[in-house]
Amino acid sequence: MPHTLAEKILQAHTDEKITGAGQIVNCRVSMVLANDITAPLAIKSFKAMGATKVFDKDKVSLVCDHFTPNKDIDSAEQVKVVRDFAHEMGVTHYYEGGNVGVEHALLPELGIVGPGDIVVGADSHTCTYGGLGAFATGMGSTDIAGAMALGETWFKVPPTIRVDFDGQLEPFVGGKDLILHVIGQVGVSGALYRALEFGGPVIDALSIEGRMTMANMAIEAGGKAGLFAADAKTLAYCAAAGRKGDQAIAADAGAVYERELKLSVSGMQPQVACPHLPDNVRGVDEVKGIKVDQAVIGSCTNGRIEDLREAAAILKGRKAHKNVRLIVLPATPKIWRQAMDEGLFSIFMDAGAVVGPPTCGPCLGGHMGILAGGERCIATTNRNFKGRMGSLQSEVYLGSPAVAAASAIAGEIINPAKL
Amino acid sequence: MLVTGNAHKVGAHIDTDAIIPARFLVTTDAEVLGANCMEGLEPGWVKRVKKNDIMVADENFGCGSSREHAPIALLGAGIPVVVAKSFARIFYRNGFNMGLVLLEVGDDIAKLKDGDRLEVDTGKGEIKNLTTGETVVCAKVPAFMQELLDAGGLVPYVKKRLAAKG
Repeated sequence: MPHTLAEKILQAHTDEKITGAGQIVNCRVSMVLANDITAPLAIKSFKAMGATKVFDKDKVSLVCDHFTPNKDIDSAEQVKVVRDFAHEMGVTHYYEGGNVGVEHALLPELGIVGPGDIVVGADSHTCTYGGLGAFATGMGSTDIAGAMALGETWFKVPPTIRVDFDGQLEPFVGGKDLILHVIGQVGVSGALYRALEFGGPVIDALSIEGRMTMANMAIEAGGKAGLFAADAKTLAYCAAAGRKGDQAIAADAGAVYERELKLSVSGMQPQVACPHLPDNVRGVDEVKGIKVDQAVIGSCTNGRIEDLREAAAILKGRKAHKNVRLIVLPATPKIWRQAMDEGLFSIFMDAGAVVGPPTCGPCLGGHMGILAGGERCIATTNRNFKGRMGSLQSEVYLGSPAVAAASAIAGEIINPAKL
Repeated sequence: MLVTGNAHKVGAHIDTDAIIPARFLVTTDAEVLGANCMEGLEPGWVKRVKKNDIMVADENFGCGSSREHAPIALLGAGIPVVVAKSFARIFYRNGFNMGLVLLEVGDDIAKLKDGDRLEVDTGKGEIKNLTTGETVVCAKVPAFMQELLDAGGLVPYVKKRLAAKG
């Protein structure tokens, strides 16, 4: 039976025969992940399960990235719980302090997730690794505790929505715009319980970082996973991250899809998701002129080096508007150093930006850029729910690094092509 | 289990930031989380809740982050059951794992109004609206999930499997 990419990866990790969507299967997992918010609960459940050791100390990642550098005593206590557990279990991939980055930027960079893997994480944006051709999905802490103890978990085989893109991308239009457009088309529950599988000539030409940006936001359409075939580009990315033996993987010809979307990108403007849901998507020109108080460039969605270069290209020789706080958070220490070495920080500093440490920080309203009532932010992050970045009376608009940088300069949302 | 309480109806796409905003995620304590339940929807929302009251929601309840603090906050607030048109996927698994009863009823959600007195038979998945006299039945839980429920949830299930491994 021809398989979708999701079915194919699940099949490779189970002894049961996958016959189609809706079936429940137990699968062996390649990597299990939790962070400083979700790991403490997972550890509680792990102990309640009577587990005394993790199934494989090299296949558990504990990344303290959300409220770090610890924003207060309570968050410091939580990180301590995670650190003590990591040491007690001998977990290889424990990250905190100078080696921590935003988890979904960090793990691909470290080469510990890759094509054909099944990755489960107590973080909804675990789906990011679909950009590398992994079946990756978010779960709650107790599910993750079970996976840490057993090395396997259960999945309902998802139906797949196939999305193909063709046409020619306009300048300043990239992965973020493509995924916002898809979310706008299918809605925040349009891919509920389903896998999204992306393809077509536009995707073939898209960078791995752009693919990860897209996979990252599959959850914003309700998706269980956002999948990309692993091609020569993927293999080169993974080899550069130090991985060996990865193989290309793609859906079988004749695989059965629940729904197929064909989207042409020609003439598409940069996309912006307006408050308070990620599917409230418009072309940037439709929302131009909306004043902003803050611009955030970073997060697991758009905090990679390509994103910082995109922002820097626009900010070079320009200044952020006097009424705008521009906050740049490179997603990992490696990206941070790379941006520094490439001179991007001088551009950001000259533009009046604050360059902060790798952290999820303001994306989830944690710290380092919280909004007051009535304030508005243009952010490269992934969610614009009411109150997500601070006050319930604040607003978040989501866009690409180019749109965020251009808007920071203009003091209002603007199409980077028209700056 | 029979649960009788008042319905608190909320809209569609209630995200986990609405159920428990990130600033409260510095604890795993159910009571503290419960005291701040739905603080991201409306400050002080939880004050209206009496023990065993029932959350009634439109589609995609619990969308967004994977925080298990969300079902814990609902339970901590004294809400043992959520009835919704549909649930977001991660929240659905989390609810089961935490012992929060989740009943998916589709379009029948229109038969349950804010303030209605409800009697829920969690075993049968039946919701009796004592205010209107109507009964709503929830879709059957997949067999494997029922097995998990029968085992007492994921924690005892994994415990049993670990014990069998020795």
